Amino acid sequence: MTTIFGIPLMVLFGQLLLGLINGAFYALLSLGLAVIFGLLKVINFAHGAQYMLGAFAALLGLEYLELDYWLALLIVPLVVGALGILIERFLLRRIQHIDHLYGLLLTFGLALIFEGTLVNLFGVSGSSYPVPEVLAGGFNLGFMFLPTYRAWVLVAALVVCLFTWFMIESTRLGAYLRAGTENPKLMQAFGVNVPLLVTLTYGFGVALAAFAGVLAAPIYPVSPTMGSSLLIVVFAVVVIGGMGSILGAILTGLAMGLIEGLTKVFYPEAANTVIFLVMIVVLLLRPTGLFGKEA
Amino acid sequence: MTTTLERSRAASAPKDAPEQLRVTDLHAFYGESHILHGVDFEVRKGELVTLLGRNGAGRTTTLRAIMNMVDRRSGSIVIDGRETLNTPPHHIARLGVGYCPEERGIFASLNVEENLLLPPTVRSGGMSLDDIYAMFPNLYERRHSPGTRLSGGEQQMLAMARILRTGADLLLLDEITEGLAPVIVQTLGEVLIKLKTRGMTVVLVEQNFRFAAPLADRHYVMEHGRIIEEISAAELPGRRERLHAVLGV
Repeated sequence: MTTIFGIPLMVLFGQLLLGLINGAFYALLSLGLAVIFGLLKVINFAHGAQYMLGAFAALLGLEYLELDYWLALLIVPLVVGALGILIERFLLRRIQHIDHLYGLLLTFGLALIFEGTLVNLFGVSGSSYPVPEVLAGGFNLGFMFLPTYRAWVLVAALVVCLFTWFMIESTRLGAYLRAGTENPKLMQAFGVNVPLLVTLTYGFGVALAAFAGVLAAPIYPVSPTMGSSLLIVVFAVVVIGGMGSILGAILTGLAMGLIEGLTKVFYPEAANTVIFLVMIVVLLLRPTGLFGKEA
Repeated sequence: MTTTLERSRAASAPKDAPEQLRVTDLHAFYGESHILHGVDFEVRKGELVTLLGRNGAGRTTTLRAIMNMVDRRSGSIVIDGRETLNTPPHHIARLGVGYCPEERGIFASLNVEENLLLPPTVRSGGMSLDDIYAMFPNLYERRHSPGTRLSGGEQQMLAMARILRTGADLLLLDEITEGLAPVIVQTLGEVLIKLKTRGMTVVLVEQNFRFAAPLADRHYVMEHGRIIEEISAAELPGRRERLHAVLGV
């Protein structure tokens, strides 16, 4: 068997693929966080819970409404995004004029409520969501086995990330978002309905988290706490990429997934901490993050 | 230069033109600070009116209060016959108001053309992108550069140009000549004359009295958050001494 540094190639590629899949989720989630932070300046602590709600909604939809995977992928982000819109309109907006740390506290509280409610109803042990039939099985690439569903997750996450990036960088609406991020008061003086833009942006960020949740349901156990463990890593990714940088969030998400995968191969003990080590080094050398603008 | 400017006043608004803006007993606050203490003035359609005064007299705050960008305000602000004291900020622009802030407010994450196209159209009859590039050729040459890479003068042109596209016919311009080279100031003066001949109404907050004097139909002098004096262009020559004393120039 071919080896590299004494590691079988199959194992290496397998871990890299796992890392890339994790990275795709980091990218989707940190993208949503970055978009929300950019305009609202609120660190959305409910992001993990909203991702979890996405996965749960898919699971419950399948069980009780026979909502199939593809419909769930479309409908669940809309429903959870609408919940996000309500949260912004009726809760976050009330505290937008005071210190943004209160937004962090509020969303943290919401996350606890969502998680606690679901723990009460369904317990902490996870359930599994079946892989949709079309995406069952896999390909033998010769050097490794690639499950079809994982390939799909990677492609879907990348397409959504790149589409979002394109929308923000190249469209009129995206220009509003970028300008609103810089100077919302002036945007409003130009006649742009900034409060509406803020509401829709939060809804969109939340919908992205729910989309990631549906994508994740067939891979990871669906449990009320699935989001909170992930969220800490995603925060680190956003800090490494640079707060509020869209492309930074996407690329850093993928890169951190890969680094984590590589660490699992060469020094498994550090796999859970390597991202935080990277964060420390980046903060020391470039406090605004890899893609952040110099303050 | 002066002769062109003097001639421009021939195109002045008639005295009986309808009011475009009337501000009555305007008070404005930032937090607990009470900045404006009852400002009264009016501007007729097609007029160019200046707000003169020392730093801190409340001129910038007056413009920001009209745009509903202060924390709290009271009194009355009628734009085009409509009371706007309870109008949300994003609806003010739609009454045909274009605002050019003192700090210019060019967006760094947008290139020049994106900055130009950013403010939504509020009325028909705005200048086309081609018209604007014809008026500001520099902006055309640099249309793909990030907005904040431009020189100070070019940024000022951009800040003015982007509100001309929207169809706004009441322009609130805050210290547009501040810190700019004389040649750019002269260009801005020519631009203002063109805007006047297009029938635009302009409220100009200005420190540079020599720039403003030949352009304006009337001047309002502010001190301590109030208008203390109104001077028409015709009265200006006889009042220069007094004005210099008030402005400290």
